[in-house]
Amino acid sequence: MAVADTTPVRPRASVLRQLLRSTSVIIGGLIVGAMVIIGALAPWLDTRDPAEVNPSVRNKLPGFTATIRDDDGNKVPVTYRFGTDSLGRDIYSRVVYGARVSLIVGLTVSLISIVIGLLIGLIAGYVRWLDGILMRFMDGLMAIPAILLAIGLVSVFRAGLFAVVVAIVVPEVPRVVRLVRSIVLSIREEPYVESAITVGTPTPLLIFRHVLPNTIAPLIVQGTFICAAAILIEAILSFLGIGIPPEIPTWGNIMAEGRTLFRVFPQNILYPGIFLAVTVLGVNMLGDGLRDVLDPKMERRG
Amino acid sequence: MDGAPGPSGTPVLELDGLSVALPKTGDRTHAIDGVSFSVGRGEIVCVVGESGSGKSVTAQAVMGLLPKGQLTLSGGSIRLEGKEVTTCTPAELRALRGARMSMIFQEPMTALNPVERVGAQIGEVLEIHTSLSAEERRNKVLDVMASVHLPDVASMIDAFPHQLSGGQRQRVMIAAALVLDPVLLIADEPTTALDVTTQAQILKLIAEMQARRGTGVLFITHDFGVVAEIAQRVVVMQHGKVVEIGTRDEIISRPKAAYTQMLIKSVPSLEPPSRTPKTSAVALAIEGLSKTYVSGGFLAGKKRVVKAAQNVSIEVRRGETVGIVGESGSGKTTVARCVARLIDPTDGEIKIGGVDVARLRESALRPHRKHVQIVFQDPYRSLNPRRTVGASIIEGPVNFGESTADATRRARDLMTLVGLQPDALERFPHQFSGGQRQRIAIARALAMEPRLLIADEAVSALDVSVQAQVLALLDDVRERFDLAVLFITHDLRVAAQICDRIAVMQNGVVVEHGPTAELFSNAQHAYTHALFAAAPGRGVKFGAGIEATT
Repeated sequence: MAVADTTPVRPRASVLRQLLRSTSVIIGGLIVGAMVIIGALAPWLDTRDPAEVNPSVRNKLPGFTATIRDDDGNKVPVTYRFGTDSLGRDIYSRVVYGARVSLIVGLTVSLISIVIGLLIGLIAGYVRWLDGILMRFMDGLMAIPAILLAIGLVSVFRAGLFAVVVAIVVPEVPRVVRLVRSIVLSIREEPYVESAITVGTPTPLLIFRHVLPNTIAPLIVQGTFICAAAILIEAILSFLGIGIPPEIPTWGNIMAEGRTLFRVFPQNILYPGIFLAVTVLGVNMLGDGLRDVLDPKMERRG
Repeated sequence: MDGAPGPSGTPVLELDGLSVALPKTGDRTHAIDGVSFSVGRGEIVCVVGESGSGKSVTAQAVMGLLPKGQLTLSGGSIRLEGKEVTTCTPAELRALRGARMSMIFQEPMTALNPVERVGAQIGEVLEIHTSLSAEERRNKVLDVMASVHLPDVASMIDAFPHQLSGGQRQRVMIAAALVLDPVLLIADEPTTALDVTTQAQILKLIAEMQARRGTGVLFITHDFGVVAEIAQRVVVMQHGKVVEIGTRDEIISRPKAAYTQMLIKSVPSLEPPSRTPKTSAVALAIEGLSKTYVSGGFLAGKKRVVKAAQNVSIEVRRGETVGIVGESGSGKTTVARCVARLIDPTDGEIKIGGVDVARLRESALRPHRKHVQIVFQDPYRSLNPRRTVGASIIEGPVNFGESTADATRRARDLMTLVGLQPDALERFPHQFSGGQRQRIAIARALAMEPRLLIADEAVSALDVSVQAQVLALLDDVRERFDLAVLFITHDLRVAAQICDRIAVMQNGVVVEHGPTAELFSNAQHAYTHALFAAAPGRGVKFGAGIEATT
């Protein structure tokens, strides 16, 4: 019998506790959480139909109160907190509903990019002969600007969520592929992966069990950055009129609508602009904080 | 070097009750606690200890290089030539560093700036501390480079670090450290990253510099061979405290403290014990194995061919340990990885139990995988950090159809066998020390009931006392399971103690091959001679006088 090793076993450190200790995770998380709640609860946040046009209250400043007949014909006072646009739509309602589109675009784009990128990245990193072909193809995709692609897609299909999501996903996928491939290339050389090979673990199981988990933390971080970029690009596309159709309230659409009268009625650009900036800031802060905690390369020593 | 203390007079360096506090979250309050010793003019003092003993922190404290916000001086004094340095301002410390005291580090590649010419890096010290002209600086740099025996200094002064070998880089570091003739040179494991023959040259150089310039040297190491080679006095540290101070001979042959005695006893002897040759069945037969790497080609430019292993033939019998010894780049790990079929050999046969597995495709190879298991060097990377130890151990048996319950039951037995608690199966690798992890890696290999166990530098990353335990464990399981062991190492001491036969490799070729005792007493090949001559502390008997004093 060998000499027993009696060194005491060290306790386990909790990732969750580390996350809650990071200020940027907390602030970013609170902002993103608030936006999700606003988007989800939009109909109950004292909003009106965001598409409702009322010519009698066009271009009113924030805080304007008008008396309007409701569906039953009763006269009720309505306060336009953020004012109205040139068609007399309530900007407050449009901004609140606009959060839905932004968050949906951000979430779907990051999820789709990560799933596709993860698959291609694992293949490129593990199947050596496919690597060169796949990566040159990805380099080609990366050269396509999202805005040009959106214009092309809109002219082929019609403007809408689908075209916007595809236009943003295509240039983002190669970035995820590069990230996953680089992780796979370094992890496959790790002794514990080689040990798994020598104990006869089949390759698919090997990738799933030993390689894949290492990509999760960096992908969560990358996902938040893609999400922030997607929200921003969606707003740009909508602002340029090649994104979501103008009747659907998105922050980009609201700003596009208010562009002509910006000098006189800045509320059209101001409020969606603030929401957009705060959301992107929140998502980016969350991503930064997650990276500091999850990415071992950024880990502080000690 | 006769082990006598340095000349009298004011010591170059005096530490008195030096303490460095750790942050409150640590598992102990002090990195070093009440450390007192001195280094005389022209004296080499070795600070020796295992990882976590505080030897490097001591050096950082002297240089004023403690990481800010993590480690803080909490008491005691440091006197350089009688002058207190703990109260120095950062500006005063900067004036001392480089001029009066300087430091060389373990990793010469990272200690040098890769995008600056070596001459400029040595000259930087002169630029900061002196008012010499560019011309004078260059001449002085050429002088100091010649004095550390760098070849062709006139062209090397304009070379970049990547153009130099590891040993040459360390010479450049020493040149930069000595260019202003400091009174104190701190060397923090300066030869640990180097091959044994290069190490011998660097040790000789440090001793020569110390003798010629009268520099006091504070030499930090974990290697008792190096201590025996270079030290005049030795400071033994454990858990941040000084355990024992004595002359080299006192510490190496007649240590008084129980901890020092344990350390000294753990140092493997360079004299192999006598062994009876094994005549059991051949478990592994490598015949004419070659591995050639070809890089470059059609798009990447000029083709380059690297012959990592050439025509290697080695046999390992059941219950026998065969060592492959060589320096980095000798191809010893390539052979091990070919045998484990982690890389595909270019040519040759690998017969395991009579079946040639060298050319089998992955699907046909899988049934044979269980016969060959490997234990890697780095205990921190050889277990998946996300999976429990138990899951890692039973992974292999479950792959071969054993039920999880049966495999877990056997894993519990194996944990006991390798000297760990069976309950530890539920835990994650980061909760274990390096030695414990290496035990787990051995348990994982044994779970496959292999015929051949490959130990690829399996004890090289471990502290000497832990190393002795893991070596004993390896020897124990070899005997218990009648295992054939292919033992890859660069450490001749370890090889002498554990191997029945040894193959010496150089540049991909086996230059000599024979029973351990024969090889050590009567080496035929010039390279084997050079390797043995370079082994630090040869001819020194560790712990010779321990029995007499206890």
